[in-house]
Amino acid sequence: MSDPTELTLAEARDAVAAKKISSRELTSAFLKAMEAARPLNAYITETPDRALEMAAASDERIAKGQSRPLEGLPLAIKDLFCTKGVRTTAGSHILHNFVPPYESTVSQNLWNAGAVMLGKTNLDEFAMGSSNETSFFGPVISPWRSKNSNAKLVPGGSSGGSAAATSAGMCLASTATDTGGSIRQPAALTGTVGLKPTYGRCSRWGIVAFASSLDQAGPITRTVRDAAIMLKAMAGVDPKDSTSVDTAVPDYEAGLETGVKGLRIGIPSEYRVDGAPLEIDDLWTRAVGWLKSQGAEIVDISLPHTKYALATYYIVAPAEASSNLARYDGVRYGHRAAGTEDLIDLYEKSRAEGFGAEVRRRILIGTYVLSAGYYDAYYLRAQKVRALIARDFSRAFQACDVLLTPATPGPAFGVGDKTADPVAMYLNDVFTVTVNLAGLPGLSVPAGLTAAGLPLGLQLIGKAFDEATVLRAGRAIELAANFSAKPTAWWRAA
Amino acid sequence: MSVDKDTVRRIAKLARLALEEDRIEPMVEELNGILAWVEQLKEVDVEGVAPMTSVVEQRLKMRDDIVTEGDNAKALMANAPQGQDHFFVVPKVVE
Repeated sequence: MSDPTELTLAEARDAVAAKKISSRELTSAFLKAMEAARPLNAYITETPDRALEMAAASDERIAKGQSRPLEGLPLAIKDLFCTKGVRTTAGSHILHNFVPPYESTVSQNLWNAGAVMLGKTNLDEFAMGSSNETSFFGPVISPWRSKNSNAKLVPGGSSGGSAAATSAGMCLASTATDTGGSIRQPAALTGTVGLKPTYGRCSRWGIVAFASSLDQAGPITRTVRDAAIMLKAMAGVDPKDSTSVDTAVPDYEAGLETGVKGLRIGIPSEYRVDGAPLEIDDLWTRAVGWLKSQGAEIVDISLPHTKYALATYYIVAPAEASSNLARYDGVRYGHRAAGTEDLIDLYEKSRAEGFGAEVRRRILIGTYVLSAGYYDAYYLRAQKVRALIARDFSRAFQACDVLLTPATPGPAFGVGDKTADPVAMYLNDVFTVTVNLAGLPGLSVPAGLTAAGLPLGLQLIGKAFDEATVLRAGRAIELAANFSAKPTAWWRAA
Repeated sequence: MSVDKDTVRRIAKLARLALEEDRIEPMVEELNGILAWVEQLKEVDVEGVAPMTSVVEQRLKMRDDIVTEGDNAKALMANAPQGQDHFFVVPKVVE
């Protein structure tokens, strides 16, 4: 076999099942690729010993004919999922030494399906960011570069490590989480596929909480089929998460190739924003043509409250974050400041030292919008606008089956380019954040390159729990776009 | 609406987040930048709209009131910055 790190998850699954390659060989190839790609800083913690142990156990099962759906397939886990006995940092100084005594439900589901853990991937601190630059462990560098340039680009965020690792052949696929676009935006920026499932589809238990009414786990993969395989293994109701929904998990792979004939595709006019690069608009228009020629029906629809989504998000998410992050007190786990005078001083200094600038900013915003006298003006109003945004979608879905939009307002940008202005950074999520507010499934599919050779993604948005249709339409885009570009492995020479 | 230095000191206190004096003025500006931007929500007509608290249309599930994971004090203490036996240790709070 040539280079096993270039296989898709589906190809690797078939190769392992056919005994063309052992899990140990496959896992070793990825561990080697991870070592070579350390300049990208995609992993916070590599777990080679555990990976090889899990691979050996998988090879034994395969020999006995006891294979499970992901038997022996090496994956990367975002460092927001608690992993028993393996440090879990959330990209924060405050959790730099935290070793969970339990396993998140989603990662446990993957191990129960036979998968192998390669390590824990870098992310924006507490998943707050769109460029992976707020991590205490340093920024992730995108495997992609513009043509004729050595400038360092961001991989997007917050799941920048998972996206970079998947794009650069440092894992077969990865887990990620999405609160306002943190799966789909980095996937779009790195030429990978990112799926944010319906709220309630995957358990949130054991995932470090950011904004509990918006957070959802999902996969970043190299193909739409791989996303279908991963979701099937990750999803399911969990008694430990009361918001997880007891709806059967379908075989997402089964209907993948059935095409879009007769499918009604909604095009929301509000997603055509001023100042977005023409390349994005052109790609979107081209994709409408692809789906039309495959027999889909194109429907113009309107989501009138779209322009208020980001502002709504930046009230709701910090409010929930300020509440969730109250637990980091320097007493039970995590960082504790030295030499404090009393208990209040211990709280205040441990938190000030433990949280980075963006997290501190969001805690203060959240505390303010929830405080007496401001609650109604900010938080309650935002919750009402959120209801209107969700209503826009339910009305649109009376006229169509799935929506097609751009995934991001632009391609990857340079490291350091947007860190000075928080609002400019927040605008990255303008096309993705609406989906979290409404709790719907969204899929980012790589569909083209800019003139400078950087990936662009398109987004498909579906009805609640209709990931199957989203994936089917995504597969149609993937086929038509025939996106095959890969980053040149410049880091191997570095 | 905008915040001033006293408001920032007050919310930092509420959030139990130490903020050095020279960080207060820049934080006032950063927060006001964000607050000015979210002001746009004022123009939305929300008359009669019920606030959305959850996207999941289901009642919170109840479980049996039984001990599911007991006797794991040792595991719970493993990450404590300072502990003794099965107690978390903090600076003295009562004179």
